[in-house]
This record gives sequence, C-alpha cells and structure tokens, in this order.
Amino acid sequence: MATLPFEKNMYELKSKIDELKNLAIDQDMDLGKEIRQMEIKLYNMQKEAYKNLTAWDKVSIARLVERPTSLDYINRIFDSFMELHGDRYYGDDSAIVGGIAMFNGTPVTVIAQQKGKNTKENIKRNFGMPNPEGYRKTLRLMKQAEKFNRPVICLIDTPGAYCGLGAEERGQGEAIARNLMSMSTLKTPIISIVIGEGGSGGALAMAVADEVWMLEHTVYSILSPEGFASILYKDASLAKEAAADMKITAQDLINFGIIDRIIKEPLGGAHTNVDEMAARIKRNLEESIARLKSEPIESLLTKRYYKFRKIGKVIE
Amino acid sequence: MAFILSVINCSVGMFLERGNHMFEFKRIFQKSKYIEVKSVGNDGEKKPNIPSGMWVKCETCGKILYNKDLEESIMTCDNCRTHFRIGCHERINYTIDKGTFIEYDEFMISDNPIDFEGYTDKLQNLRDKTLLNEAVITGEGKINGQDTIIVVMDSTFMMGSMGCVVGEKITRAIEKATDNRKPIIIFTASGGARMQEGIFSLMQMAKTSAAIARHNEKGNLYITVLTDPTTGGVTASFAMLGDIILAEPNALIGFAGKRVIEQTIKQQLPEGFQRAEFLLEKGFIDKVVDRKDMKDTLTQILKIHS
Repeated sequence: MATLPFEKNMYELKSKIDELKNLAIDQDMDLGKEIRQMEIKLYNMQKEAYKNLTAWDKVSIARLVERPTSLDYINRIFDSFMELHGDRYYGDDSAIVGGIAMFNGTPVTVIAQQKGKNTKENIKRNFGMPNPEGYRKTLRLMKQAEKFNRPVICLIDTPGAYCGLGAEERGQGEAIARNLMSMSTLKTPIISIVIGEGGSGGALAMAVADEVWMLEHTVYSILSPEGFASILYKDASLAKEAAADMKITAQDLINFGIIDRIIKEPLGGAHTNVDEMAARIKRNLEESIARLKSEPIESLLTKRYYKFRKIGKVIE
Repeated sequence: MAFILSVINCSVGMFLERGNHMFEFKRIFQKSKYIEVKSVGNDGEKKPNIPSGMWVKCETCGKILYNKDLEESIMTCDNCRTHFRIGCHERINYTIDKGTFIEYDEFMISDNPIDFEGYTDKLQNLRDKTLLNEAVITGEGKINGQDTIIVVMDSTFMMGSMGCVVGEKITRAIEKATDNRKPIIIFTASGGARMQEGIFSLMQMAKTSAAIARHNEKGNLYITVLTDPTTGGVTASFAMLGDIILAEPNALIGFAGKRVIEQTIKQQLPEGFQRAEFLLEKGFIDKVVDRKDMKDTLTQILKIHS
C-alpha cells in the first residue's frame, strides 16, 4: 500500500487490522467486533485526514508512483481504443498516447500525457514530459478529430514540457504556442482532465478546452513548487511552503474560476480504487459530451474564447 | 553577452506625446542620473563598469562607445553588432513616426490575484523606480505613414514577466487590431511568465494565443520582433505565432532557461545556443534584422500587406 507521510498513523492501524484478521483465522477466534471497530476508526481517520490535506500533501498524491496513469483510465472508460502514432514530421513521442475510440457509441479522440509505472517505463515515457513532437502529434490528432466531428478528450498528467537540448532545437516553445492557438478555435468539443500533475505550459498545451476538470487531489501550476521556491525564495527546500503560497490545488483553481469541475476521488486517493475513479470520470463525461455535442459550434467557440478571455485581475 | 544600459536623462527629447501630461510632469522633476553601465553575461557575474564621463565600454568586444555614437547607432555597438537592451519608450521613439503614437490602457496596474506576500509593495517600488506602470506598452501609431497597432515589452519591469496586466493589455491590443482590420507588431522582451501571479499568469498564454487565432482567422497581419531576452511562457505563446517573425542579432530566444537545460542533459550547450542566429538556422524565425534597419524592414512588410 502506498504510504504518504500524513498516512503514517493510518498505515499502522491498517497493519494492526490485518494482523487481527490473520490471528482470527490462525487461532480460529471470533474477533469480528474488534476488527469492525478498528475499521470504523480507520475510516474516520482517513476521512478526517483527507479533509485537511495541505497543498504539499496533494502534490505528493499527484506524484505517487502508484497513482493511476492515463492508460489505466483509457482502458476502463473507452471501448475499441486504437492508438495512433507520430507527428508526421519527426518522430513518435511516447510521453503522449493518443488515438481513436468509442465512448457509449460515440466516436471520440483521446489524447493523453502518459507517465510510467516503474523506472523502465518512465524512461520509455520520459516521465510524462513531452517533446515538441508530442505536442505536434497532439495537434495532428486534434485536427483529425475536427475533420470527423469527434469530441476530443485530453488527459493531463505531466511535470512539464521536456527541457532537453533536442526539445529546444526542435522548437518546444513554438509547439506549445501553436497548440494553444489551434485548440482555441478547434471546431469540435474539447474536455481536458487533470488526472495527476498539471505542469505549466506543458500541461496548458493540451488544456485549452471547453471544460477543464481536475481530480480532487491533483495540482495545476505555473511551475513546480521546487522551481518556484528556488527562484522566489532562493531555496528549493522550501517547496512545501511554495506549494501552499502558489495556490495550485483543484480547490484553489475552482475558487479562482479557472477550472470548471472537480471530480471527487475515492477515500484515500484514486490509486486505492482505480475502477471506481474511472467510473466517476466516465459518468461525468457521459453528461458533458452529450451536452457539448448538441451545442452549435459557433456558440461553443465563443464560450471557449471567453472562458480564457475573462481570466485575469487588474486595476484600472 | 547582453549589455544593459540605463540612460535616464530628463532633458533630452525622449518624451512621448501622450494624451495625459502627468507622466511628463514627473519626468521633468526627476533627478538626472549618470549613465549606469551594468554588464551581464550568461553567468551574470561580470562586475559593473562605471564610467565617469560620456562613454561606455562594450563588454562584448571592448570598444569604447561615446554617448553620441550610441544614440546614433540606436544603442548598438557598431564594432561587434551587439544590441543593447532598450526600454519600451525608446523603442517606440525609434519605430513609430514622431507625433503619431497614441497609448492604450496606460494606467492599468497589477492586482495580487493569488495574494502573494510582498508582491504589492514590490510593484509599487518598481513603478516608482522605472516610471513604468507595467512591463508592456500598447497603442497605435504610424510607421512611415502606415497605420499599425504596436506592443512593446520592457525587461526592466520585473524582467518583462507576463502577469495579468501584460496579458490583458496585449489581448486588448490584438482585439483592437482585429476589430479595425489593422496589422499588429509585438516587440517581445521577457523572462517568461510572472511567478507572483501563479496560475493566472499561465492562463495569459492561452488568452493571448486565442486572440491571435481570431486575428488570423480574419486575415490580419501579425509581426513579431523578438528582442533580447525572450523566454519561457512568452516564447511558448504569442511570441512564436507571428505571420512573420523577426529578431534582433544575438537576441536570447528560447523556452527553457539555459541552466535548467544544462542540468537536465548534464552537458555544456553548443556555442550560440538559443541565440537569434541559431533559431534562424533551425527554421524558427524569418529574418534577423539589425536595429538600424528595423523600421525600414517593418515598413516594407506593412506595404506588401496593405
């Protein structure tokens, strides 16, 4: 079981419960009452803990190795998913998984940022950090969706766009910019869901959408807390403080009016029950895709423009 | 190596014509400062070179440059072509026909959207020190008689970082250009998105890019001029979306910071990396243009698109 620092007490209690259960079986004892009491206690501890998570706790959950990745959701939510590859200019970026699928009988395009589950996979997926060819693959697939009137669903989970030499040479800035521009006028509904980390421009390049949702324990930020602390506090070890100051949680963003919906996670985090999490995302998509598809495209585009147009606080 | 020159001289005719004269009033009574010469390289550790007269030394090639020559060469070293950074007012003076500039949104200032400690005070101090209200000036004017909307960023105000005000002013300028079927020219100079405004700064990237998208759809012209430095969230949004992208010689233009890239790849970077000439070679900009030729180049482009 994945354990985060704030889960220490709960982990100990869970171990005790498991011990008791094993004891009951070995010694043929009836410990049902005691076990149930402890389970209720654990449930209440979890509820309390997960109501009072700090920004840094959320960052930790979002970055958990055990956290479900895009493919975990794609395989549970969509049918007949066929992955498509390449940007048609340079290469195929494994940090982006994209393709076509069926969603309750409706053809859709799904494009996702994909992290790895272990070191080997992470190297293949570049830790979910796309290169320009990843953003260009995204654009190609979105334009294809537009041609065939398929709604686009983007899953966001990245520490940020990759900062390598090759990425810079191949125009990482241009690739992100082009996506921002093209998504804003794409003539088909777009829903973007942050399922883990929403890392800055690298995330935004796939999140200029009609609706932007975040799972309950995700973060979406201009920079990593470590980077922020390093630049503004001159001390990267102040990341915890930075995370709180930056206001990067789903709750912060919905209060700011920047995102449209938060999808609650199972108690303990999405990783404790992927099936349930996927089901919740699916229910939300069912309602929204139907609604967005029925709206005339001109009206959709106007709303999409103003969704981003209105973001900003100035004094005149 | 960029060489920052701050020349704040209240007496010589560097005034802009403005609708409101409060700004000029303030400038007249501001104390005359000596020429401050700071030199920065990529390591940022060069010591300042403070002259006591009317000359400065170009850190790149060592040539002595006299004040008068500097003005005539529009703040460039005529020996090695180094283009020193200039402020937005100077830029507008060099680019826009005298007497034709009308500024937009000149009194817009920043709020504190994520309640970041110390941000409001920092802004006030900067406004007092730089006599700018923010890191960008927008407006309209003529270039050799041709109408254009113009946006000029200024790296002396919080490193030209883009927060809500920069995003809003630029978006309004783009929308004005779209609505009036006018071309827009944006001179970029920025260290990227403004950290102190958090996620709000990030969203300005989407906001400005969406405005450009609409401007494009109506068949209007957008010229970007990339100046030193242009980095981060500005590069990854409107800066790289011009129909025509020009750049000043040797300007630093990139997405990620050099140090971050070096830490990521654990190698030294090639010579000239992220400089204008490098981007030209890699196919990302249209032309590198000397400052003394910029106005003519813009004139020519506007003419072809009129």
